[in-house]
Amino acid sequence: MDLQIWTWVLVGITFSLYIGIAIWSRAGSTKEFYVAGGGVSPLANGLATAADWMSAASFISMAGIISFNGYDGSVYLMGWTGGYVLLALLLAPYLRKFGKFTVPDFIGDRYYSNVARSVAVFCALIVSFTYVAGQMRGVGLVFSRFLEVNINTGVIIGMIIVLFYAVLGGMKGITYTQVAQYCVLIFAFMVPAIFISIQMTGNPIPQIGFGGQDANGVYLLDKLDGLHRDLGFAEYTSGSKSKLDVFFITAALMVGTAGLPHVIVRFFTVKKVSDARKSAGWALLFIMILYTTAPAIAVFSRTNMIETVNNKEYKNMPSWFTTWEETGLLSFNDINNDGKIQYLADSSKNELIVDKDIMVLANPEIAGLPNWVIALVAAGGLAAALSTAAGLLLVISASVSHDLIKKMIKPDISEKGELVAARLSAVVAVCVAGYFGINPPDFVAATVALAFGLAAASFFPAIILGIFTKKMNKEGAISGMIVGVLAMLFYMLKFKFNWFGGGTKEDWWLGISPEGFGTVAMIINFIVSIVISKFTPDPPKEVQEIVANIRIPSGAGEATH
Amino acid sequence: MKISDQKKYWKTNLKYLSILLSIWFVVSYGFGIVLVDELNSIRMGGFKLGFWFAQQGSIYVFTILIFVYIKLMNKLDAKYNLDS
Repeated sequence: MDLQIWTWVLVGITFSLYIGIAIWSRAGSTKEFYVAGGGVSPLANGLATAADWMSAASFISMAGIISFNGYDGSVYLMGWTGGYVLLALLLAPYLRKFGKFTVPDFIGDRYYSNVARSVAVFCALIVSFTYVAGQMRGVGLVFSRFLEVNINTGVIIGMIIVLFYAVLGGMKGITYTQVAQYCVLIFAFMVPAIFISIQMTGNPIPQIGFGGQDANGVYLLDKLDGLHRDLGFAEYTSGSKSKLDVFFITAALMVGTAGLPHVIVRFFTVKKVSDARKSAGWALLFIMILYTTAPAIAVFSRTNMIETVNNKEYKNMPSWFTTWEETGLLSFNDINNDGKIQYLADSSKNELIVDKDIMVLANPEIAGLPNWVIALVAAGGLAAALSTAAGLLLVISASVSHDLIKKMIKPDISEKGELVAARLSAVVAVCVAGYFGINPPDFVAATVALAFGLAAASFFPAIILGIFTKKMNKEGAISGMIVGVLAMLFYMLKFKFNWFGGGTKEDWWLGISPEGFGTVAMIINFIVSIVISKFTPDPPKEVQEIVANIRIPSGAGEATH
Repeated sequence: MKISDQKKYWKTNLKYLSILLSIWFVVSYGFGIVLVDELNSIRMGGFKLGFWFAQQGSIYVFTILIFVYIKLMNKLDAKYNLDS
């Protein structure tokens, strides 16, 4: 069967599945809308968290980034998984015991202040909007490549689907759709990986395969290191970033992960404290499957690509080469006019430009796998992008309808009114996200780092200090968050957008990149919070009792407002 | 629950946290970043060990750490009758 038909069939089946689940799990109350009624099982929550977490970036881009950066790509692997240890050990159980609907809820109540709540709402909105724009773009990209529709039409189809199940089902609909989406995306990610691992190393387990030998008995990683040396790239297994920077970027991604509101909120949906711990464990187990496979795909596709194209006649290239050239993600310029493709690190002689997103999407084609496997990758990419987009949209709508309207502007709003407000803000959020998907601002890529940096600089210290110290007061937490966020914004604007005089790599403080600066901003937040709290009054007695109470797991009760 | 029990419960929890987070730190920042060059001189099949920890080993250890914590805390909760 033809690839187009396969793709329509698989995308059609999965989309109708999502819509079916949405109709079956409509939300009837605000509690169902915000936290799925608080009765999700740890296993289902783990699956949903994994789908929520693994975005278009994890599915489509990450293996490609690792493929081009080798060892340096490890920051994403460790950074985006290590954060779950922090979540499970330091945040999730206590936030569940606290029993609220949103992260700003915790910040606002623990620091007995609407100023703190507003700062938290502001951060939650920036982080989520930054993130969601990239997801809609991912949906458009997959549609345009695999279904040959216009990229904007793709974004609009994605918007309608998300709108349907996020607005109708709220957290309840999203949770059960995400369970299905995890299954789709992991199947789609693993099938080609297993096929290619067998092809290249004879081992069906990619995690072991990429440490194995090729048909000639040469270790694959040694072969790739050799190819890299020959073409003038840094050795694949060694990388070229400074150690200090790798350290700081990894830390910023870990702490940022633990501070992302759409991840934290998933732990409000389970029944009790021990379930919150358990779901973090399940979540990381399900994430681990993809994250340990991605570096294997990176090695397979890098080796395959170099061997297929380098020093080969352009006119003999397989058909996938021309299809991807048409999308503009692959381009060839015969500088020395010899009709052959030279792929080199030296940009004055290099004739081939490859976009990193191709590595996962084109990998099955490069390896010559059957059409249904290629179509499966399209369905998987869509599942990854849609599930993350939906989780983010929920955070945005809850921030508006719950944290802003219910808690600050109009506290006497009825349950029904709040639910309507939640649905309306979800609709507005989808439209804004769609707009950014169709007209992507060029700062999207730069701002994803900002999203993690901001989460690390704002939420993480405020939540940790709120749980692990009884004496942290509103003055300390608010000034810490504001100084942390401003430091992060300043560094990012200076080095990514050339504000405040701009600057180049040489001007980075201690050689720390803007991506790694979240760690510095987080440390600044901790220091400012602690120092200020020493000179200002202790929090009221009731608040200190709340802190004592959240440390004890029993009697978690139900999530309330 | 008595205040003294609450304190003991919390102290044990903090002890677990510090042990598990030290392991978390060592496998990722230690083996995967700071000591990566030293470990890379050791090979495990086709993998250089430092590279393996950065791209595989640390992630496995993270997952195991969470499940160990779940186990430890379920036991601790049972000891203090907090597993309602």
